[in-house]
Amino acid sequence: MKPCKVTKTYREINEKIRRRKAVVVTAEEIIDIVDRHGEEEAARRVDVVTTGTFSPMCSSGAFLNFGHSSPRIKASRVWLNDVPAYGGIAAVDCYIGATEVVEGDPLNSVYPGEFNYGGGHVIEDLVSGNVIRLRAEGYGTDCYPSKRLERNITLKDLPDAMLFNPRNAYQNYNVAVNLSDKTIYTYMGVLRPRMANANYSTSGQLSPLFNDPYYETIGIGTAIFLGGTRGYVAWPGTQHNPNVPRTAKGIPREGAGTIAVIGNLKEMDPRWLVGASILGYGVSLYVGIGVPIPVLNERMARHAAVRDEDIVMNVFDYGMDVPSGNPKSLGEVTFKDLRSGAVTLNGRKIPSAPLSSYFKAQEIAALLKERIEKGEFFLGEPQWTLPSVAPDKKGP
Amino acid sequence: MGTPANRPEEAPYSRKIIVRYSAEIVDKPIVYRLVKDFDLAFNILKARIFPRREGLLVLDLVGTKENFDRGIQYLKESGVFVEPLSKRVSRNMDRCVHCGACVAFCSTDALSLDRSTMQVHFDPEKCSGCEICVTACPARAMEINLL
Ligand code: SF4
Ligand code: SF4
Repeated sequence: MKPCKVTKTYREINEKIRRRKAVVVTAEEIIDIVDRHGEEEAARRVDVVTTGTFSPMCSSGAFLNFGHSSPRIKASRVWLNDVPAYGGIAAVDCYIGATEVVEGDPLNSVYPGEFNYGGGHVIEDLVSGNVIRLRAEGYGTDCYPSKRLERNITLKDLPDAMLFNPRNAYQNYNVAVNLSDKTIYTYMGVLRPRMANANYSTSGQLSPLFNDPYYETIGIGTAIFLGGTRGYVAWPGTQHNPNVPRTAKGIPREGAGTIAVIGNLKEMDPRWLVGASILGYGVSLYVGIGVPIPVLNERMARHAAVRDEDIVMNVFDYGMDVPSGNPKSLGEVTFKDLRSGAVTLNGRKIPSAPLSSYFKAQEIAALLKERIEKGEFFLGEPQWTLPSVAPDKKGP
Repeated sequence: MGTPANRPEEAPYSRKIIVRYSAEIVDKPIVYRLVKDFDLAFNILKARIFPRREGLLVLDLVGTKENFDRGIQYLKESGVFVEPLSKRVSRNMDRCVHCGACVAFCSTDALSLDRSTMQVHFDPEKCSGCEICVTACPARAMEINLL
């Protein structure tokens, strides 16, 4: 890494945001600016680049505290609208996970299962202000004598509710095809036989971690757009792994980085948290996330100018290879081709379909830009950035 | 109740429906009430009473949309099972997140992703009514219209 000519601090940028003088552009807009003026000039002009992603994100959920009842209960088993929540935390705390299916669901016994309701939908219902039936059981103790509790709750009534997603915003992800000769139903959507479609799930050049591929500005305490409000990066996400093959520009060719995120569920909005029913697979939660990337120097300007054609993704067979635990790449495609509607693999043209909403990702990037411009959203300087590759392994 | 809406400019509203009812209801004058209380004209396209005396009617109802909706409401409240003869699939815009997943499973291109705006469009003209999207759309934005 050579020394940078432009150097800005978080404090300086936040001061500009306070004075409403910060120059904020989206991850799409920065591409042109760097093209036209070069990365150094772009870094002088632009202070923040906003990103966005909106996708079904498993490994999401919420911690809820539902307050003490009289007589008191130590709720060890908890259901919300008949969806089991984990109660082994404390007397009246629970965690509702996005992928938990409603009790009594036929699951895949009627194949492919519809999975009409689950944890993701409970979270959407909560943020929509809908009434939720809370049911709890305890075994009874001297201090918590009650054994049953049943009550209607709304998000407003809860003393505390926080969204805490252990793994979101995967930096890169597989493209899924199906080489078998029957239709399969996966977490990557419906895959028709003999490679009739290729499904992907990322917002490409708008996606948060593609815009800071070595996590130089993202870490514990980074303020982000989460479910419509201000949330934070809490920790590296589970399965975070910086040490994967990368392109010359530093873009990982597979999975790589993830973030664990946290925010106040009470401030969130059902526009950005939507329950998902994935045919034949289960339930999940669409989560809207946007990360502001501070342009501290020309290096960050260059990284944030990543474009769809720079992003490569590997194609895997979900008919046999992935489920059996022997994934081998069938080839690489670019996000540009995926977004155009078709990719070419081994000389064959395959229609591509997203699971992730590029349209909503654009909306998030635009909304975050507006909030920063208006002086409503400030950067959070990370206390510690996410684990990255060794400095000598970092690209230019 | 039952005042005919006297709006000549309104085109008559016509829908074919299937009505199924159990033996207990067979003797109630439900069709008569549709005419009298809701001012709906009808053609019976098919009528059958099965051995256990449960019945099936296929009706072509004509009237105003408002009276039609109220008439159907009345039928449902009387405990009969009402189903449209021809279902239509439509999109609930409030639920669609424009993810584009439907592009993979809608074989008629009725659901398509505009690559310049990255928004998903629904063209009812192209829709075959296969209903695959009703359970395959993760946001449950595709609905069967019963009426
Ligand atoms: S799959 Fe459903 S939510 Fe997604 S774009 Fe299609 S209709 Fe809209
Ligand atoms: S019913 Fe079938 S053809 Fe019509 S939009 Fe849904 S998937 Fe497409």
